[in-house]
Amino acid sequence: MPRKCEICHDARAILRRPKTGQRICNECFYYVFETEIHNTIVESKLFRRGDRVGIGASGGKDSTVLAYVMKTLNERHDYGLELYLLSVDEGISGYRDDSLETVKRNKEQYGLPLLIVSYEQLYGWSMDAIVETVGRKNNCTFCGVFRRQALDRGALMLDLDHIVTGHNADDVAETILMNLFRGDIPRLSRCTEITTAGDGYIARSKPFKYAYEKEIVMYAYLRRLDYFSTECTYSPNAYRGYAREFLKDLEFVRPSAILDIIHSGEAMRVASDVQLPTLTQCEKCGYISSNALCKACVLLEGLERGLPKLGIAKSARHAQEILASEPTVHNVGKAVEPVHFERLREKAQAMRDRRLKHAGASPCSSAACGGERKACACIPDSTA
Amino acid sequence: MAEKSENTINLSVEFSGGMELLMKDKMRKTQIDLPVSSQQQPTTTVRDLIIYIRDNVVAEKKELFSKDDTVCPGILVIINEIDWEVEDGIDTVLNNNDNVLFISTLHGG
Repeated sequence: MPRKCEICHDARAILRRPKTGQRICNECFYYVFETEIHNTIVESKLFRRGDRVGIGASGGKDSTVLAYVMKTLNERHDYGLELYLLSVDEGISGYRDDSLETVKRNKEQYGLPLLIVSYEQLYGWSMDAIVETVGRKNNCTFCGVFRRQALDRGALMLDLDHIVTGHNADDVAETILMNLFRGDIPRLSRCTEITTAGDGYIARSKPFKYAYEKEIVMYAYLRRLDYFSTECTYSPNAYRGYAREFLKDLEFVRPSAILDIIHSGEAMRVASDVQLPTLTQCEKCGYISSNALCKACVLLEGLERGLPKLGIAKSARHAQEILASEPTVHNVGKAVEPVHFERLREKAQAMRDRRLKHAGASPCSSAACGGERKACACIPDSTA
Repeated sequence: MAEKSENTINLSVEFSGGMELLMKDKMRKTQIDLPVSSQQQPTTTVRDLIIYIRDNVVAEKKELFSKDDTVCPGILVIINEIDWEVEDGIDTVLNNNDNVLFISTLHGG
């Protein structure tokens, strides 16, 4: 007995939403899914007209759907954004090379410019080389640290105002659980923010923060979007896997658990007597850091000196002491000197000045936009 | 269109989202002749198909496909282009020539 859509009461229901339990047809699904993302963007005031926005694109399901939806909403609601695809090549053979092919196809399919930055090019060390040196246990730490910085480097190379990533509700809920399990208070306090920004670094947002992974997959399936789907070769030992399995079991029993965990995370506050790290700039490369040397520089130093445990877990506290005391025992010579962030910022500023000059723009006087824009307005509220 | 025989129904089954890597020959598509239950009513359900696949088609890491006679959480089941949760989930009745797609969501985005 075919069930009718609970929204339009006309077409046949083809999907049951985990969020609401409603059984709906594909047209209504596209509408609610896209409208909810639009509402998230408008309510959180993520963008301003004229923003250059980089979509962190891996070729996977979330970033492919993100690229499609951002492009669709940008056009439909006239956000006035300039969209770019920004991809990171970690140098994982058999995994990343395939998914990058997908990103290159996305570039053609969506008509968006693409920049790919690689660990090899930025740091001199691919993940394959790192895993060979470090082994399979802590390699995800290297990858996560380098990727975060690599995206910021790529964003400066394109002079972007904002980066968006495809992290979905399941990811955010998993992260909250992981940080809870590991007692990582600084991360726990930041991980529910929809936009992480400040300290002069490029704002980074998650428009899919409240979108269920199931819906993203169904959206890609129904819209016939092209994406790459395989587990990273090195991931089976990642800690996140445990949180993911636990979360999936919770979702099975009570689908709203995912949004409820996010809601709990958003409501939590750090006790006033907990010491949070103060942020500073890395002495070596100028990147944001809680210590004298940023994590990426510590890890690179460790790789170069044949001390692969440097900066991993407990030993992180002693990194500075170890670096000071150990002689240069084993210099691999692979690392390239990462470009200093001051230099990247100077170049980005120069690009911006050329662009504004070319467009005949005069600086906006509004305090909110820092005098750098042609026009200054939040994306207006629109009833879809 | 395959003929329905007395004891089996013919189904076209697909695997995607990485699911295919667990199957024999890493197959993405296959035809399965699923044994029908011997009673009068056509009570072949998705549960029967999942058990059949677990026992005959999965080549490795069975625990990533199925847990407690159903698919692992995170695996979507789509029958004739419709989410099984619109129907009766694991108790949804299957008919001859139905198409069943298993999509894994358990990978990076």
